[in-house]
Formats: sequence, C-alpha cells, structure tokens
Amino acid sequence: MPFNLLVLSCLVYVIGLFVVAFLVERQARAGRLRWLRSPLVYTLSLSIYCTAWTFYGAVGYAARSGLEFVTIYLGPTLVFVGWWWVLRKLVRIGRQLRITSIADLISSRFGKSNLLGVIVTVMAVVAVTPYVALQLQSVVLAFGVFAELAPGEDGPFATGQTAAWVAAGLALFTILFGTRNLDAREQHHGIVAAIAVEAVVKLVALVAVGIFVVWGLAGGIGPMLERIDASVLQGWQMQPGRWTALLALSAAAVLSLPRMFQVMVVENSDERQLARASWAFPAYLFTMSLFIVPIAVLGLERMPPGSNPDMFVLTLPLSQGQGALAMLAFLGGFSSATSMVIVEAIALATMVSNHIVIPGWLRLRRPGAMSEDFRSLVLNARRISVALVMALGYGYYRISGGSSALATIGLISFVGVAQFLPAMLGGMFWRGATRVGAVAGLVTGFAIWAWALFLPSFGAGSVLPPSVLTDGPFGIGWLRPMALFGTEGMDPLVHALFWSLFLNAAGFFLGSIVTFPGPVERLQGVAFVNVFDGPVGPQRWAQGAAEPEALLIMAQRILGDEAAQALFEEAARAQGKERSFLPDPTPDFLAGLEERLSGSIGAATAHAMIAQLVGRETVSVEDLMQVARESAQILEYSARLENQQAELSRTATALREANAKLTLLSVQKDTFLSQISHELRTPMTSIRAFSEILAEGDLPPETVARSGRIIRDEAVRLTRLLDDLLDLSVLESGKVQLSVGVVNLRDLIDRAILASEQVNPEKPFVILRDSQAEDVFLRTDGDRLTQVLINLLSNARKYCEALAPELRITARVRAGRVRIDVADNGKGIPKVAQTVVFEKFSRLPGEVRASGAGLGLAICREIVTNLGGTIDYLPGQGGAAFRIVLPLRIGTGSA
Amino acid sequence: MKPPRRRAIFLAPRPYRRRRLRDAARLLPVLGVFFFVLPALWSPAGQGLRRLSEDVIYFFTVWALLIGIAAVFARGLSARDPEGDPEGDPEDEGEAEDD
Repeated sequence: MPFNLLVLSCLVYVIGLFVVAFLVERQARAGRLRWLRSPLVYTLSLSIYCTAWTFYGAVGYAARSGLEFVTIYLGPTLVFVGWWWVLRKLVRIGRQLRITSIADLISSRFGKSNLLGVIVTVMAVVAVTPYVALQLQSVVLAFGVFAELAPGEDGPFATGQTAAWVAAGLALFTILFGTRNLDAREQHHGIVAAIAVEAVVKLVALVAVGIFVVWGLAGGIGPMLERIDASVLQGWQMQPGRWTALLALSAAAVLSLPRMFQVMVVENSDERQLARASWAFPAYLFTMSLFIVPIAVLGLERMPPGSNPDMFVLTLPLSQGQGALAMLAFLGGFSSATSMVIVEAIALATMVSNHIVIPGWLRLRRPGAMSEDFRSLVLNARRISVALVMALGYGYYRISGGSSALATIGLISFVGVAQFLPAMLGGMFWRGATRVGAVAGLVTGFAIWAWALFLPSFGAGSVLPPSVLTDGPFGIGWLRPMALFGTEGMDPLVHALFWSLFLNAAGFFLGSIVTFPGPVERLQGVAFVNVFDGPVGPQRWAQGAAEPEALLIMAQRILGDEAAQALFEEAARAQGKERSFLPDPTPDFLAGLEERLSGSIGAATAHAMIAQLVGRETVSVEDLMQVARESAQILEYSARLENQQAELSRTATALREANAKLTLLSVQKDTFLSQISHELRTPMTSIRAFSEILAEGDLPPETVARSGRIIRDEAVRLTRLLDDLLDLSVLESGKVQLSVGVVNLRDLIDRAILASEQVNPEKPFVILRDSQAEDVFLRTDGDRLTQVLINLLSNARKYCEALAPELRITARVRAGRVRIDVADNGKGIPKVAQTVVFEKFSRLPGEVRASGAGLGLAICREIVTNLGGTIDYLPGQGGAAFRIVLPLRIGTGSA
Repeated sequence: MKPPRRRAIFLAPRPYRRRRLRDAARLLPVLGVFFFVLPALWSPAGQGLRRLSEDVIYFFTVWALLIGIAAVFARGLSARDPEGDPEGDPEDEGEAEDD
C-alpha cells in the first residue's frame, strides 16, 4: 500500500465528510431535517464515546489485561439502561434551561456563578488534553504502520510532523463546521450528520476485521473459542477492586465527558431519542466489543513478539495481505479519532468562549458600550479556543512522548472528568447543594487527580522529580502521589480515583451543609431538582431600568439581526403593542430574553449582560423580601375585601327579609283596616238602628227591653275592642303596672282552662297535662300570665278544626326559667303567617269567621315581654303550638 | 401557601402498569451491576477450573439480555398515553423539600 495513496484516501474521506456536513447544514437551514432528529442519528452520534481508544486501544487493552477492557463499555451500558434515573432528568434539564455545556450546567445550577464556569472549563480542558493527545497518537501510529511497510518512498516518516498536520487539519475542519453560526442552543446539524456517518464507518470497519479474524483466520466460532482458551490471555485474573472501580469510572465518564454531554444533552431534541438510545447505544457498544477478544488473541498468536498490540486491528490484516481490509480499518480508526476530536473541541471551545473569554471581555468593557459586532467576537473566541485545545493535545503528545498504551492515557482523562460527577448529580438531585460546596469539591478532586495521576503520567523526572514520587514532597511520606495517606497497596488508578472522588464528594457535602445559598442559587436549585414540575421561579428582573432599544441592539449582536427583531416583535405583540417593535422591558420579557441568550452564550454570561443593561447585578434578598411583603399586603387587602363582601351580603339578606315582612304587614294592615271598620261599623249600625227605634217611642216594653239589650251588647263589644287597643298601647309603651306576687303555675293553668271553656263550649276538647310538672311556684304577675294562657287556649278552641281536638300543655323548669308549651292538634299556622302572627292586627289569611280583631297574640307578646320572657311559635308539633319562656323570679323593679 | 392537591389514592390499571414499568426500568441497572460484578467472586480463571471463553460468553450473554430487556422497556416508557398521568409524577419524582 503506497503511503501517498493512504494520505490521498484520508483526504478524500475528509472531503466526503465535508460534503455531508455541508449538505446537511444547507438542508437544516431550509428546515428539512426531520430525519436528522431521528433516534437512529442520535444513537449514532452518541457513538463518539468509541474513540480511537476503542478502535485501536481496546484490542491492546485486551491483549494486556484480558477481559478488563469490557468494563469501559459496561459502565455506559448501565447508565443508558438505567436512563430513567439520571439521563432522563439530565436531558430534560438541558432542554428546559437551555444548557450549552457541562460547565454551563454546573455554573447555572449554582446561581449562574461564573467562577464555577471557569473552574469547570479549566478542569475540562486539562482533563481532556491527554484524551485528545491519545487520538493524535493513534493516528500517528496508524500512519507509522503503513509507512514501515513502504519505507523510502517519502523519506523517513516523521511522527511529530504527522501529528502536527493531523491536529491542524482537524482544527480547520472543526472551525469550519463547528463555529459557523451562533445557534440558539448550540446545535450543530452538519457535525452531527458527519459523526453519524463516521459512526457507521468505524462500526463496519471493526466488524469487518472481526469477521475476517474469526471466520477467515480462526476458522469459525468453535475453533475461535478453543484458541481463546489456549492463548496467553487465559492467565488473566480479574482484580475485583479494579474491576468495580473501572465500571463506576466509565459510568461516571459517560455522563461527564464534555463531548458526551454535547451530543447527549445539547444536541438532543426529543425524549424519545433517549428512549431508543437507551438500548440502541448499548447495542452499538456490544457490537464494537464483540470481536475485540478474538482480534487480540489472534494478534498475540500471529504477530511477532514485541509488536504494539494497540495496532493489531491494522497489522493483522496487513500481515495476511489484506490491503483493502487494512485500508478500511485505517479509515475506521481515522473516523474514531477525528469525530472525537471534532466534538470535543467544539464542546471545549463553547465552554472556553462562554465562561472565560466573554466574561473577561465584559469585565474589561465599560457597561453599555457595545460598539463591536458581538457575534464575531464570540465566534472568533471559539475559533481560537478550538485551536488552543488542539495545540494543548499536541503539546501533551510531544511531552509524554507518545509512548504509553492508549488505554492508560484514556483512563487518566476519565478520572479527571469524573470529578464533575458529585457537583453534577448533587446539583440535580439535592436542593441543599451550594456553590461553595461545589467549588470546594471540584477544586479538591481536581487537585488530587492532578497530583496522584495526571502529573505522574508525564513520567518520573519530567514534571515531578523522582524524589517526590518515592519520598513525597519535602519528604512528607503520606503525601506521596502514588500512596496518599499511606495507601501503598492500591492500584495507581484505583488509588487516584478513590481518593479524588472521596475527598471531592466530602468537600462538596461539607461545603454545602455549612454555607447558605444565595437567592439566585436557591431559585436555580428548585428549577433543576424539580425540573419535571415545569418552569418555576418568580421573575428575576425588576422592570423599568432597561432601555428596550439597548436590549435590542445587544440581542442583535448575539442572535443576529433577523432573529432578534423577530423575537422582540413577537414579544411586543404578546404585550398588545400592535405597531411597535419594542416591547416593554417587563420582568417576563427580560427572563425570556435571558433564557434565549443563554442558549448562545451560556447562562452566566447572559445573566451578566442583561444585568449590565438593566443596571443591577442580581436579585437581592431584600428584593425577594419586598416581593413577599407586597404579596402579603395584597393577600391581606383581598381578605379584607372578602370580609366586607360577606358583611354586605349578610346585610342585604337581612334587608330583603325585613322588606318582605313589611310588605306582608302592609297587606295585613289593609286587610285589618277594612276588617276593623267593619267590626266597628257593625255594632255602631245596630246601636244606631235600635236607638232610632227607641227614639220613636211608644213601643211595647219587650221590644224596648230587647233593643236596649242589643244596644248594650254591641256597646260591650265596642268597649272590648277599644279596651284591647288601649291595653296593647299601654303594654307597648312599657308603662304597665305589674302586680307581682308568688303564684303556682298549676293554679294559673286551671284558671285559664276554666275561663277559656266559655269559648265554643260545645267543642269537646281533651286536655293533656302533667300536674306534677306544673307544680311550680313563680314570682310574677299571675293575672297577666293567666291572660296570656287564656288567649292561647281560646285561640286553640276557636281555630282547631281537628275531629278529636286535643290540647297539650307541658311545663318544664330549666336553668332558672320555666317553659310552658301550649299545643293543639289542628292544622297549625301556615309558614308564611308564622313570622307575623304576633304582629298587631294580624289575622290568619283567609280567616273569615274570626271574632277577634287580631290583637290577642300581639297583646300576649307584649305581656310576656313585660314579664321578662319570650313567646314564640313552635313549629313542627303537629298543630299550632306556642312556647312561653319565663324567668322563675321576675327581676325586681323591672317593668 | 400551597393549596392541598387532591390526588386519587389508587391508580387506574393503565397508569398503574406504567408506574410499575418505571420501577422495573429503575431496577434494571441494579440487576446489571449484580451480574457484572458477580464474577469478581468467582475463583480466578485460568487455574484449570474455568476457561476464558466461558467468561467471554457469560459477559456477552448478560450484556445482550440487558439490551433486550431495555429495548422492551423503552417501548413502554416512551409511549405517551393521552389520559393524563403526566410526565412528572411528583409522587416518586420530585424531592419535595421546603427550602
């Protein structure tokens, strides 16, 4: 295989990717990217987890450590299979709060703290640098394999030069497609499509080599298994500690690697993508891992001793004369390396520009002065960041010498990014996590990682002097990088992972529980932890201070003219402004704008930029208290209104009742007036007629006597009527003279029954009474009380129409008062009449043959009132019933 | 001052099934951890008792089973049912905490 052809095919392949990315970008802009959002593309893009480490390194790992390589893929499998625990929430948070990177996630959670953004960004760049170097190393090694087979064509193969060229080429590709535009939400459709293509290429390549090895070289599955058992790998021993630690480590890394976060959370557009990926991505990993052991076994068997097992995927087909297959494998490895580097560079560049470059620039500028084109500043910052990441990776490759096994380098990075895990998970599930805790945990974990794993990885003597490794700094033995606190027996990787994560989590927890979070922090905490309850939090901005025009100018610089104007116009329409393009800077609008901007430049920066225009840093606790006070006042005010309302409606009800009563009384009065004029007129007519007869004289004495008797009777009737009226007016005026004495209630009732018997004497009434209970001595006006009883009994005799009329009189003493009920078994008093039955002149409706003038009960009530008691109609007794309640002893001197 | 939210004590059969499916989905990785760590307790391979090929077959079988079960679960979990039971079921999702 000519070396030039190899370079050429690489170039063709890259150009092909270029075309794919370009076409997809164009389609995306035209709005046709339905297929791009399919779960399949999402799953394929997740496959950037499988880098050159997997493609080349896994075989090397298997050749060195047996089955241990599989932990690197089992960890992510567990995370994805258990997506309902963490991934689902993570993706939801990312979508809802427009998170742009893992640094943005952590900084946003802890009060949009820029300090945290910077810390996470620096940690990520440092931790990932070895990983980028790993990719460069793998590509250089692969070129080296081909160069060795075709020596002399192009002169000696210069590894450093190749690495530089590869790094530069990848940087160019990333800059062209990763930093073209400043999308809301940082989605890169062209890149995602290119990565999906690369995912297919590397899978096909590895499976093709695997099939060739199993069926082409080993002769089928059965012989393959025999060869596995016969190989030197058979002596592999599982180390339980390292095994478990690697499972946990790879599970942590898949969550916290910046590039995984980019494709998993930022590029996600639908939860169903995640549901599909929950099994499809593990299936991809499964397929990638399936042939690793056979290739390693056959490589160890067939290749000369001392050859690099990391390159078996290439060298095995080449040694068998399979040039085309080797070519495919080379492209697969190239794909793995390039896709990882591109996405990692984009993710890191976003973090660097959003959390370091822009905030620094904002700090240098005076508030409000934004004359430059902000978009190009952000894009340039990203381009420079991409170049920086590549340069760092290249630098690490040169310093470390490109000698370590690929897997070893990768694991260093894994432990580094795993330091994000406590702050990340703690922030997602624990509202008590605070910024101080996060900073403490991250810095502690990072320091220990650097001391115990990263710095020693350069080799003794290059960064750390050998004496430090053996004796510890300044001779302090328990700080030796490989044996912290005297733990000498541990595997170096497990040692670093254990101490860094343990102290990281401890610092995070302790820092969180002893500090108090700020208001923005607490709001963000709720928004993160309770993300499934929908958007939360009161408004974060106070109205007024910002000029809408200044906001529009700023938004145009970040989002682009058209998008910003559309956003503002839409907001203005929503506020009911038909013709203006500028909405009022309401808290709602500002919050929405901040959210939108944070999709482009990160939450902390967006917050800071709006703060510059609105003129205040954050919402202070005082503001929150003010809001709380105002709402408390409003609550109180509305409670008062409610009370007034209730009182008004009560009054209205009372008035309505009074009005109904008055109307009824007025009707009754009219009836009464005609009645009384009739009552007065009838006797007067008789008296006049008979007195005229008498005046004629010369009449027989019987006639005179009869006429005289009639005149007298009628006069008595008139007198009685007038007496009643007089009596009532005296009682009402309260000037009545009571003759108070001690009387027995039974005597009074006896007298009343006797007296009332002259009314309708022909009616046979059965009187039910309890003489025992009636034996009560009262100090009251006996005559007046008797008058009341007579009236009640007479009424019963008059109006009770039952066939077997009954009268029931019951007396009972209760709490210093006597209660006398008088009830008959007639039809009672209709409900409408019950309320007016005690009024003067009231008569039962339709009552025609009543002989009284309707004053009886009115008089009764006045008497009882004067005696210090009450009389009421008692409904529900099967007839008309009245209840008199009197004090046993009338108050002395009361009238 | 939160208005007390009234929720039914018992769920209808379909939401009930969905809840239990979520429980099962949550337990799946625990099951996976169990089977992946279990070999650490076995006697070391290569001492005549076990063969490496059996280990390989064991891991890949468990792995394939996990993927298969996850695929079955994913279908049920991502299905949206129209009759409510919205995404965030506060009962087991929200760590309600007064802060």
